[in-house]
Amino acid sequence: MSTAPTTRAGAAPATSQAVHTVLSSCERPPRASALSASLTFGWRAMLKIKHVPEQLLDVLVTPVLFLLMFTYLFGGAISGSTDDYLQYILPGILVQSVLFTTVYSGVTLNTDVTKGVVDRFRSLPVWRPAPLLGATLGDSVRYLVAGTVVVVLGFVMGYEAKGGVAGVLAALLLIVVFAFGLAWVYTTVGLVMRAPNAVLNAGFMALFPLLFLSNIFVDPDTLPGWLEGFVDVNPISHLVTAERGLMEGTASAGDIGLVLGIAAALTAAFAPLTTYLYRRKS
Amino acid sequence: MTPSPAIAVEASGLVKDFGLTRAVDGLDLAVRRGSVYGVLGPNGAGKTTTVRMLATLLRPDSGTARVLGHDVVGEADTVRSLISLNGQLASVDEDLTGRENLVLVARLFGFRYRPAKARASDLLEAFGLPEAADRQVKHYSGGMRRRLDIAASLFVTPELMFLDEPTTGLDPRSRNQVWDIIRSLAAAETTVLLCTQYLDEADKLADRIAVIDNGKVIAEGTPSQLKASVGSGAMHVRLLDPDQRPKAERVLSRALNTPVHLESDPAALSASCPPAPERAAEAIAELSRSGIAVADFSLGQPSLDEVFLALTGRSAEEAAAPEEPELIEEEAA
Repeated sequence: MSTAPTTRAGAAPATSQAVHTVLSSCERPPRASALSASLTFGWRAMLKIKHVPEQLLDVLVTPVLFLLMFTYLFGGAISGSTDDYLQYILPGILVQSVLFTTVYSGVTLNTDVTKGVVDRFRSLPVWRPAPLLGATLGDSVRYLVAGTVVVVLGFVMGYEAKGGVAGVLAALLLIVVFAFGLAWVYTTVGLVMRAPNAVLNAGFMALFPLLFLSNIFVDPDTLPGWLEGFVDVNPISHLVTAERGLMEGTASAGDIGLVLGIAAALTAAFAPLTTYLYRRKS
Repeated sequence: MTPSPAIAVEASGLVKDFGLTRAVDGLDLAVRRGSVYGVLGPNGAGKTTTVRMLATLLRPDSGTARVLGHDVVGEADTVRSLISLNGQLASVDEDLTGRENLVLVARLFGFRYRPAKARASDLLEAFGLPEAADRQVKHYSGGMRRRLDIAASLFVTPELMFLDEPTTGLDPRSRNQVWDIIRSLAAAETTVLLCTQYLDEADKLADRIAVIDNGKVIAEGTPSQLKASVGSGAMHVRLLDPDQRPKAERVLSRALNTPVHLESDPAALSASCPPAPERAAEAIAELSRSGIAVADFSLGQPSLDEVFLALTGRSAEEAAAPEEPELIEEEAA
């Protein structure tokens, strides 16, 4: 047998002996269960937060700036005092920050496709929806982090949650559930568009008008009638109303039910569509 | 358990269209189990599309393919559990470390956490990546990335491994390492289907080669048969003065009695090798008698370009369709 020189610079080359040994030293384990495969993909999403934390920070910059700017700059003019305005705007900014984060679920999926990682996942004998479900579940942690940052900042600025700890936790839970539903829209977009940046742009372009033309920043009663009409049917407004209700301790079952209904409808429509596109993806 | 037929891949009449482009056009293939099979062709010949159909990532528009005795459409899940695919893009997650990538794949194969970690370490060791194990893959060189990619597909020794242009873009040393790995796979009796643009790669590694062009197999055989059908190789001539090339072309084609190909280098010409080396020497002598100064000349193994020229009458470069871009495939699929 020829002995390859092992003193070459860099990593030692693979020797056929070593490769042969690893090839012959392995028994095939039983197939990963659907749950285990999904959790593994969720673990991957966690690792992404660990290795690319700047992606999460990027998303948080805008909502944090908005919170500071709107509260201290416009708060007095809009609500008479910055403290009053903070009470009004905080649940809205919570919604904004989490919904921005959902766009990245589509961006990440698109990156996987363009970089070829999806090929590996698709050629593995795992439960087909696992990569998508796992990624979306993993991203839910991201949504929770984004929401928590805003809430904590709000408390630091003097926000008073009349709904108590339970109300705040319920608000976080509700927004994460909604984001889980909305994320499927972005994973679908992520599979249709050509490049990660295109997904990002399309995502923000769709979100911005919906976020602004809602009740996040101002009371719709102050708007002209035609605009108020739009704001009232905007699903984001209903989400913000429910969030406000939970944090203020005045939520109605109807508000919450409506938001859960929208999240369920989005999931029912777009999760199968994403799975279908992912399978057909070549 | 599974039947073990002597044929690892059996494809007949495979067709795949992307919009108006027919990427694969009635392709037939038979790969013996335990062999290394080379699929040779220029960009856009349909190699990648073929492999993706065989690896169950794409559905053929018509035709059938059986991989290790299982239909790639009807029994896709079974096929997937027996094969592994290394695409043109190294399918690794750049944000994760090498070790995390391997553990991820191991968990998806069904390993529990501890065995997954242990096997990941073994593979990193065997593929010469132990020092780089805990670095993010985005900091890896092309060769390291490729080795990691191959390691990731060997958690469970596959019966059949698809390697799609594994050395394209690698430096010579990394290329040699990948070749060593492919030889080790062959020694371990894994069937390897190797797509490549390089005849020397197919020649060095493959037991049989199929040359494909426009989605069809245009020649098939052992490397020696193939080279014999092309001629023993090519004769390359470079002139001192590019202006003399038209004259040199006339002189050479008369002396060798074969068509002469003009290379993209304006001073270079090539022709398939004459059966006897003396004829080549005479042709060179003929050039100097005609007052054409030769900078250098060589006789060599035919390149893919020359195989193409001999088989199709046009060069591989001309044949290279504007590469079936993955993006176009995606849109169509």
